[in-house]
Amino acid sequence: MSATRTGRKPPRVGDQPLFRRMLIGIVLVIVALLIVAPLVVIGVQAFSKGWAVYRDTIIHPDTLHAIRLTVFAAIVAVPVNTAFGVAAAWSITKFDFWGRRFLLVVIEIPFSVSPIVAGVAYLFVYGLQGVFGPTLDEYGIKILFAIPGIILASMFVTAPFVARELIPLMQAQGRDLEEAATSLGASGWRTFFSVTLPNIKWALLYGVVLCNARVMGEFGAVSVVSGNIRGQTNTLPLHIELLYHDYQAAGAFAAASILALIAVFTIIAKVALERQGAGRVRRPALVANPAEKTS
Amino acid sequence: MKIRLENVVKTFETFRAVRDVSLTIESGELVALLGPSGSGKTTILRMVAGLEYADGGHIYFGDQDATDIPVRDRGVGFVFQHYALFPHMTVAENIAFGMKVSKVKREKVAIEARVVELLRLVRLEGLGDRFPAQISGGQRQRVALARALSVDPKVLLLDEPFGALDANVRHDLRRWLREIHRELGITTIFVTHDQEEALDLADRVVILKDGHIIQQGTAEEVCRNPQSAFVMKFLGDANVLAAEVRDGKAYASGAAIDVSGMADGKAELYARPADLDWSAQGPGIPASITRVLDRPDGRRVLATAETGEQLEFDVEPERALKAGDGGFVTLRRAKVFALG
Repeated sequence: MSATRTGRKPPRVGDQPLFRRMLIGIVLVIVALLIVAPLVVIGVQAFSKGWAVYRDTIIHPDTLHAIRLTVFAAIVAVPVNTAFGVAAAWSITKFDFWGRRFLLVVIEIPFSVSPIVAGVAYLFVYGLQGVFGPTLDEYGIKILFAIPGIILASMFVTAPFVARELIPLMQAQGRDLEEAATSLGASGWRTFFSVTLPNIKWALLYGVVLCNARVMGEFGAVSVVSGNIRGQTNTLPLHIELLYHDYQAAGAFAAASILALIAVFTIIAKVALERQGAGRVRRPALVANPAEKTS
Repeated sequence: MKIRLENVVKTFETFRAVRDVSLTIESGELVALLGPSGSGKTTILRMVAGLEYADGGHIYFGDQDATDIPVRDRGVGFVFQHYALFPHMTVAENIAFGMKVSKVKREKVAIEARVVELLRLVRLEGLGDRFPAQISGGQRQRVALARALSVDPKVLLLDEPFGALDANVRHDLRRWLREIHRELGITTIFVTHDQEEALDLADRVVILKDGHIIQQGTAEEVCRNPQSAFVMKFLGDANVLAAEVRDGKAYASGAAIDVSGMADGKAELYARPADLDWSAQGPGIPASITRVLDRPDGRRVLATAETGEQLEFDVEPERALKAGDGGFVTLRRAKVFALG
């Protein structure tokens, strides 16, 4: 047996050298054309008119405002959706109640529905011709074409991210740990912070990172409800489109490079978190990392 | 502490898991709830713990009605089948958890001392710094027991405590649990589907079926005097023969046994493999040997009666029997249960 092991391996199905090379080649070409090339173009175009133009675009008040607005939307939407995601995952996995499966499906809706549908729906609910619009307008509360609308739309789109990361993991972990903690006299909060949270923290962070990336990059839903008012309700993705339509290609690419940079950081964080065991559904219930000691 | 269940009922959606169970467990007693899966034994245990609420009836701890006391305040030690150790805490931290979160405030030094004491009790000295993933299954179960004992529970509840362990470890842990129970004298209830485990370990065995208590008593009582065919079958291998009771005697495939006092009619005769024997001459059940299985402590003979019934019985290792031999199966003793 050892002789065959040192020699050439027998080909498995589809393992002929020609087939293998062709398949890998096709994948590489597609990756280069569809993913790498556009990113390279962003980098090249952003600096096509030189560093000065790039810098001017970035420090232009409208761009800075767009960045601030995007960050602000993330600061509000991400924690809210994180809290929602944890609560939803906890309820669905630790309690039995009527409509549990239905709730599971509802939470997933924002994933399957086009963001623009969400935007239009908000327009209908909060717009001046909409359901709550006139009432809200009477009290001078502006939701559409203002920051609350942007945040609401972002939240709709990113609602499932955290919950979806947590639910499979918490389902796999079962209820034993919480029951054990409670039977030992721990309160609900204590159980959550000392027992549940340490066992889901990497998946939670993973969900937060993905959620954040999506909030910052969201275009469709936000473009409907924001009204694109330069320097007021323009988020970074909307600003990029605006610059592009103004024939400021270099500016658009400069702004886009910031979003691309955020994406790169997201991917680094994602890979780092995946190393810690997050983002994988099948994780054995008994996992201990001797390097990290939580108490 | 004395535990008393009074007409306890539990229904899951449409499934009636526990139907009207009344049971008294004396202070310091070690009781086994034994039954096949779906018999309601785990549900009863979880209701005593407070992990499930009873839909009807009462559970008393001593004189106190504990039915509606939440698990957090009920003061029970619960050991889960799959240990449920906190994977991110060391063994020592696991054991200390209950004392740290307790409403009764304890000094840090006192907690540490108690952890050392419990580690010694479960014979895991020196493993306090390990994580659950770094110790064996049997060790994990002992940590789980130490953790459950750390809060001085009124009652210790174990859900299939050795179910996930291999046979050798299970055997040792059984002895060891018995010793710990003798040492601490704590009222203990454990759930098992393994009749041998229940009979070996418990002061009293409570046999359940379909949410009812079928029979309860010491190992001797339930083994020597099973009151139903179910208990007879559930406690161990049994041969079943169709029988007919006439004038105080049961007749089955050519064998007869005294059953004075039983009404005439159709019945079933149950005999353990050790209750049967083999002889070349009659009287007995005419049969032919189909196979002989050799085991360390004897020979198990498989035979087919002339009536077509399959019989299994044990003989001494010296007996020279082989497949194809014809002869008679004789009856040393048997239980007869009326049909219907």
